Amino acid sequence: MSPVFLIFVPMLAAILVPFLFKKIKNMHTGWFVLAIPLALFIVYASFVPVTMKGEFIVSELQWIPSLGINFISYIDGLSLLFSLLITGIGSLVVLYSIYYLDKNRESLHNFYVFLLMFMTAMLGVVQSENLIALYLFWELTSISSFLLIGYWFTRDRSRFGALKSMLITVFGGLLMLGGFILLGIMGHTFSIRELIGQTPELASNPLFILALVLVLFGAFTKSAQFPFYIWLPDAMEAPTPVSAYLHSATMVKAGLYLVARLTPIFAVSSTWIWLVTGIGLFTLFWGSLFAAKQKDLKAILAFSTVSQLGLIMSLLGAGSIAYHVDNAANSVFKFAAFAAIFHLINHATFKGSLFMIAGIVDHETGTRDIRKLGGLMSIMPVSFTIALIGSFSMAGLPPFNGFLSKEMFLTAILALSDFNLFSFDGLGSLFIVFAWVASVFTFVYSFYFLFHTFAGKHKPEELPKQAHEAPFGMLLPAGILGLFVIMIFFIPNVVGNAFIKPAVAAIQPFLYQTPSDIDITISAWHGFNTEFFMTVGIFLLGGLLFWTLEKWRKAYDLVPNSLNSLYDGMRYMSETGANRFSNWYMTGYIRTYLIYIFTFLIAAVTGTLLLKNAFVIDFESVSSISIYTIIVIVILIAATTAILFARSRLTAIISLGAVGFSVALLFVIFKAPDLALTQLVIETVSVALFLLAFYHLPEISRNEVRMRFRLRNALIAFGVGVTVTLVALASFAQKAFPSISEFYKETVETEAGGGNIVNVILVDYRGFDTLFEITVLAIAGIGIYGMIKLRLSRKENKLENK
Amino acid sequence: MEIIMAFVIGFLFMAATYLFLTKSLLRVIIGTGLISHGAHLLILTMGGLGGKIPPVLTNGAANGDYADPLPQALILTAIVISFGVTAFILVLAYRAYQELGTDNMDMLKGDDNNE
Repeated sequence: MSPVFLIFVPMLAAILVPFLFKKIKNMHTGWFVLAIPLALFIVYASFVPVTMKGEFIVSELQWIPSLGINFISYIDGLSLLFSLLITGIGSLVVLYSIYYLDKNRESLHNFYVFLLMFMTAMLGVVQSENLIALYLFWELTSISSFLLIGYWFTRDRSRFGALKSMLITVFGGLLMLGGFILLGIMGHTFSIRELIGQTPELASNPLFILALVLVLFGAFTKSAQFPFYIWLPDAMEAPTPVSAYLHSATMVKAGLYLVARLTPIFAVSSTWIWLVTGIGLFTLFWGSLFAAKQKDLKAILAFSTVSQLGLIMSLLGAGSIAYHVDNAANSVFKFAAFAAIFHLINHATFKGSLFMIAGIVDHETGTRDIRKLGGLMSIMPVSFTIALIGSFSMAGLPPFNGFLSKEMFLTAILALSDFNLFSFDGLGSLFIVFAWVASVFTFVYSFYFLFHTFAGKHKPEELPKQAHEAPFGMLLPAGILGLFVIMIFFIPNVVGNAFIKPAVAAIQPFLYQTPSDIDITISAWHGFNTEFFMTVGIFLLGGLLFWTLEKWRKAYDLVPNSLNSLYDGMRYMSETGANRFSNWYMTGYIRTYLIYIFTFLIAAVTGTLLLKNAFVIDFESVSSISIYTIIVIVILIAATTAILFARSRLTAIISLGAVGFSVALLFVIFKAPDLALTQLVIETVSVALFLLAFYHLPEISRNEVRMRFRLRNALIAFGVGVTVTLVALASFAQKAFPSISEFYKETVETEAGGGNIVNVILVDYRGFDTLFEITVLAIAGIGIYGMIKLRLSRKENKLENK
Repeated sequence: MEIIMAFVIGFLFMAATYLFLTKSLLRVIIGTGLISHGAHLLILTMGGLGGKIPPVLTNGAANGDYADPLPQALILTAIVISFGVTAFILVLAYRAYQELGTDNMDMLKGDDNNE
């Protein structure tokens, strides 16, 4: 099967899940699901020899070829590493979930459908070679993550966390789409490989920096970087298998993947290096600082994930510097990218196992509150061992893999301080301080997590359940990950050759021909160099801080949780603000809306006249003024004025009649006999109708009042009048073409056989108008009949009478 | 003549707009009557008011100084349509008086309990 179809295998399998769940009751649905990631893992593992040689596998599925949008699966070292993480940890998580979720109480069909959907989305993100397809899968991860966080949808906190993560990641995702589209505009292609090929032209484009920042928004929101990390702790309301899978090992690394994948395009820019390294380091510092504040096991792990993602991000940023230094192959910056990938693998192993342990503790004791836990070491010895491996690795202790990657991290950061490109000088030492303090706090929270859960005094009276060791099936996946943690420490170079070097070759393709050119070997012992003393310092100070934890932890209470309140405040403000805005301008009075309409009309029309310099008066082509016309006009104006000042409505109605008859007279004067006839008849009928309406006025409004003068209304009315006059004058003065009426005059007798041109136009030349005008009258007649005859509302409760 | 007419039409529009902004429903409808008159006169004026003979051929002479027939045909259509609409609105207002017992536009606003 072509590798591009493998992406869709979990999605297709998801269709079967509900049937399996409904039909096969006595077997946990997870067992069927387990086969899929396992099979995919084996298939992907078979590609490792290909990528080790630096080759890649491309397969394509046409989607919208006319727009250059296709599903292209591009498997090189980087995407294969991620695919293996996704399917490998996916298998372990499914196995874990079989024991974690009860088959009788939980709606498993939902759970596994969402999970498989997520797996497809994630495989699509890491393998897509087309930016638009990548975006599609990217949003699918957001949606499936939303569904998984809100899995227990009857809980308020779950829905809150799901919504928060959705809003933040979709916000970033949409900005990222903007960045992708800009890239597409600049490079005339959505293919990542083709874009990498035209890096120099892209970098000189003025849109380049904008595209860069927009893409980083997507990566930072997804990978929970500062200040967008706030959704991750709230996403811990998801079932623990989900937290272990999505929020430690896979989805939150999508942002890292994106940064790594696009490094060959963007690394030429110093903005990229600054943002990625700076934000990454600050996130590392911030996350580690607040992890020890948390009281919930999963919250500690969430902040720790934030912090470790920041670490990897900063290493990727440092790795981008390799694009700027001469002789980069010998510099330490190629080392940074290597360290980033190495730590990414390590983090996936130890954080996955730690989440599973947190889930086991929750499952077997009934609480995740670290204040209630303690002394579980003798009750849950296996869980304790696995937790110890994970925590020590996270803290950076030997003999676990975290130690190796932390050493490499320190080496890379030390190298940053010697670096003085892009006015880095001086700031480099600040970076070291940040990184070192963050490492100290990492040590503290790792120990805090481990010992406050498993050591100390057992408090059985505070636990909802009688604590006991977890079933074997739950411990197995955590144990496998723990085993990897130790294994990688002892055979780092096997892992390096098989997975890390091909991935690094994808991030820094210009440095190496094949992955085997990378001459980095990982060794646990470097001798007595700066890194060694820094590590010793971390252990000493970290140990001291952990020992005195209870004494200084109160300092956390002084720090306000400002970023979450900022988010809540923004949501509150936007909701109430929008409400207030609507209430302010949607008053419910027709008059208000008319004022808006008229004001806009005046502003738009007179504004255009002024700006376009369009106002002209033409005195040349005007016709002569006759005395009769003036008399009629005076009557017309007098009648109109009378309407405005009339005390009684009857006067107003009569005056309107007078206006109508003066208009008819004007028609007579201006040689329009048919118009005059119609106008006379219709005005008569209209006045009769007005009188009818007047006659039926309700008693309460019979006490007639003169209209009260309102300056605002008068000003608007005056503005409308002036606008109409100006438009009339200007358009009369600037006639572009002569009338087509000459044609009617010449052909009315010969072609249509009539003499009255107006009538012939109405029924012959432009008969369609007349047809529909007749229809209008018919509809009006039927409508009036209906209004008078139909009285449906009478039967209902009469709410309208006040 | 056209320039004077432009001012007359502007005055009609002004009066109509002022009536639209009042409270009484009947006055609003009177405003629609005025604005239709204004619009009809505007069409006629824009066609030019210079014609000396009504657009009816006498003895088949096609070359006289006729008034422009096209605007007249357009106005005729517009008059009929505005009449239909005015009649409809008037009966609607009449029904509103019957049902709601008020012609005050401010009282025709729904509130939270009664929308």
